[in-house]
Amino acid sequence: MTRVAAAALGLSVFLAAGPSPAAAQLQGETFIHDPSTVTESDGKYHTFGTRGGGLVSDDGWTWRGGPERPGGGVAPDVIKIGERYYVAYAIGGGGMSGGHASQVKIMWTSSLDPKSPRFKYHDVGVVASSDGVETVDAIDPAFLYVDGRLWLTYGTYFGPIRIIELDPKTGLRVAGNQPVDVAIDMEATAMMHRDGWHYLLGTHGTCCDGPNSTYHIRVGRSRSPLGPYVDHMGTPLLRGGGKLVVSARGRNIGPGHFGLIELDGGVEKFSMHYEADMNRSGRSVLGIEPLRWTDGWPVAGEKVVPGTYEVASERSGYALGLATDVVRIAFDPRRAFMARPTDHVSPVPDQTLAQDSAGWPQGRIRVDLADYMNRPHQLWTIGPAAGGGGYFGAPYYTITIAGTTRALAATAQGQVETVPAFTGATEQMWRIDQLTDGTYRIMPKSVPGGRVNLALIAIGASTPTLAKFDPTSPAGRWTFKQP
Amino acid sequence: MMRFTRVRAIGLRVVPLLALGALAGMSSGANGQYAATAPGLAAYFKPVTQGATTPDSDGFLRRWLLLEPIDKPNRSNTGFTATYVRQALTTQNFPGQFTAIPRDGQVVKATQPLRWHALETGAFNVKLFSFAKGLGKPTYGVIFWAVTIVDSPREIRDVRLAVGSNSASIWWLNGKETVGLFNDRRMVMDDVLSDRVTLRKGRNVLRGAVINGPGLSDFCVRFVDETGRPITDLKTDVR
Repeated sequence: MTRVAAAALGLSVFLAAGPSPAAAQLQGETFIHDPSTVTESDGKYHTFGTRGGGLVSDDGWTWRGGPERPGGGVAPDVIKIGERYYVAYAIGGGGMSGGHASQVKIMWTSSLDPKSPRFKYHDVGVVASSDGVETVDAIDPAFLYVDGRLWLTYGTYFGPIRIIELDPKTGLRVAGNQPVDVAIDMEATAMMHRDGWHYLLGTHGTCCDGPNSTYHIRVGRSRSPLGPYVDHMGTPLLRGGGKLVVSARGRNIGPGHFGLIELDGGVEKFSMHYEADMNRSGRSVLGIEPLRWTDGWPVAGEKVVPGTYEVASERSGYALGLATDVVRIAFDPRRAFMARPTDHVSPVPDQTLAQDSAGWPQGRIRVDLADYMNRPHQLWTIGPAAGGGGYFGAPYYTITIAGTTRALAATAQGQVETVPAFTGATEQMWRIDQLTDGTYRIMPKSVPGGRVNLALIAIGASTPTLAKFDPTSPAGRWTFKQP
Repeated sequence: MMRFTRVRAIGLRVVPLLALGALAGMSSGANGQYAATAPGLAAYFKPVTQGATTPDSDGFLRRWLLLEPIDKPNRSNTGFTATYVRQALTTQNFPGQFTAIPRDGQVVKATQPLRWHALETGAFNVKLFSFAKGLGKPTYGVIFWAVTIVDSPREIRDVRLAVGSNSASIWWLNGKETVGLFNDRRMVMDDVLSDRVTLRKGRNVLRGAVINGPGLSDFCVRFVDETGRPITDLKTDVR
């Protein structure tokens, strides 16, 4: 049903850029439907969509059209095994052209970059099909490669989701392999493997109706790739179960077609398309969000919402602040302790920025970690750095003392300090990635002198610095708390 | 809860204790070898043996020259800003404060005569309160000075001096201020780390001063590498 609508509406793939989008969304020509798993090739990140082409990006933030994918059809997926990029895609079906007869086909290439001499697609052939009579629709293929075995799910609302096994050396169906039904009421599936569990993600709801789409992504899990998959309530996916992973957010409506993105340092994100970006004429666009894991279940995380926060260390719980003299709030503890319960009480005003900052040096000021006391030198305003670009779904941010221009900055010595004003220098911009436990990693966009891959680390309980991020340590994890 | 207790102590108990401490004054003339066996001190310190020693297995420096406390009344630690602490600890209280390598048993002239004691802590930290109490010296409203010699088998770059102290403190490595701990601090291992510094091959002089009002003064010090792992193949001595 939804596929008919897609065809009728002529959903576009990487058309020309629209009006300037909101800063917290991906930039560039992000128009795509049914994006494949984002895959790196030749130093660039590629995703393919329905119809022939796709998007490419140097940083996961700004996207443009460019990749070529022969074969046409709908909803491809890509996986790299060894030196081969296998591409699965479906021809026919989906209710388009009035039927559900479809074929899932495989091809491979050694590069996804059309400019590479290794770019050449080799056809493998058909690995699954539906004849248009049976209640199954062989579209929306998705790969999972785990423990040396290659699995492929496919299907849509017209019948079950099925899984088959392919030969990772050839991409062909394993001889004698029979498809197994693993879910219903889904399409656009994807798979993950973590801690011995196989996760089957699929899209529920209605696609392809812009702001009226109800697309959303759900998940079930199983110890075996062949199921049975159940959700967090124990409801089998073969009976319509599925735990919510992500639904509409703000002005982004109808997320569907999950794709896992595994980054350095254990950071996980996922790609999808939004059926409607309300800031881009309600068109279908690529989205990338953090992926969190809670009690063994994946769920959409959150980019940092621009605002003013305490920045707290997961190591010590102490708050990041200027290493300046603490200014006392006038208070007589003896009078307070001696007061009777019935004595009149009145608010004690917050310390003002002027009171706190009277003794601050004019130039650079180092930072430290200390007991949080809701003081102006501990309150940081975080927002996108204008024109600063971004990285995998999030812009680079500025981190400034609230009410001032004083900005957090990396130093050539690998330390962290504040400068009196943000100048646009890249060492004053910060990449903030949510980690799978919901905390955040904070990394400078650059470090003077060229040191790379440094993150804000609590090297001591009270001492922040820039050092290599260790995903197993709390020292590099931070939380943003409302004051 | 600790804060409340501490505030209450200020109002009800600290001033009399400070006065008693002052009266106790400089009654002990013990040097380090004697002091380590003094009642109340032997549980925490032992005499320095011949030859250098090593840090403990976690890298904490165990052998120190400790100066009997300088009287510096503070009814509360909440005023230990960097400005105050730096002023208090860089005020010249005795000759050679920032330059000399003291000898065990040496007496220096502050407002009162104060003796250096060469001691080895039995714990990862140096219990300054117990040091002062064991010698019958003031325990609250005080400044302690500590010196040790760190012998490194090689030049080690990008190390950090990792300090915990109760309360505030400043530490100088080879004559240069290297790390400061300010405000009302608890003694936490690896609380504040210096910027990356270089340990010279051979002899390095580490000097620190701890200031405290009410509370259990102590400190712990070690060197850690770029990844935060302790550096244990050092030797320390007091001469």
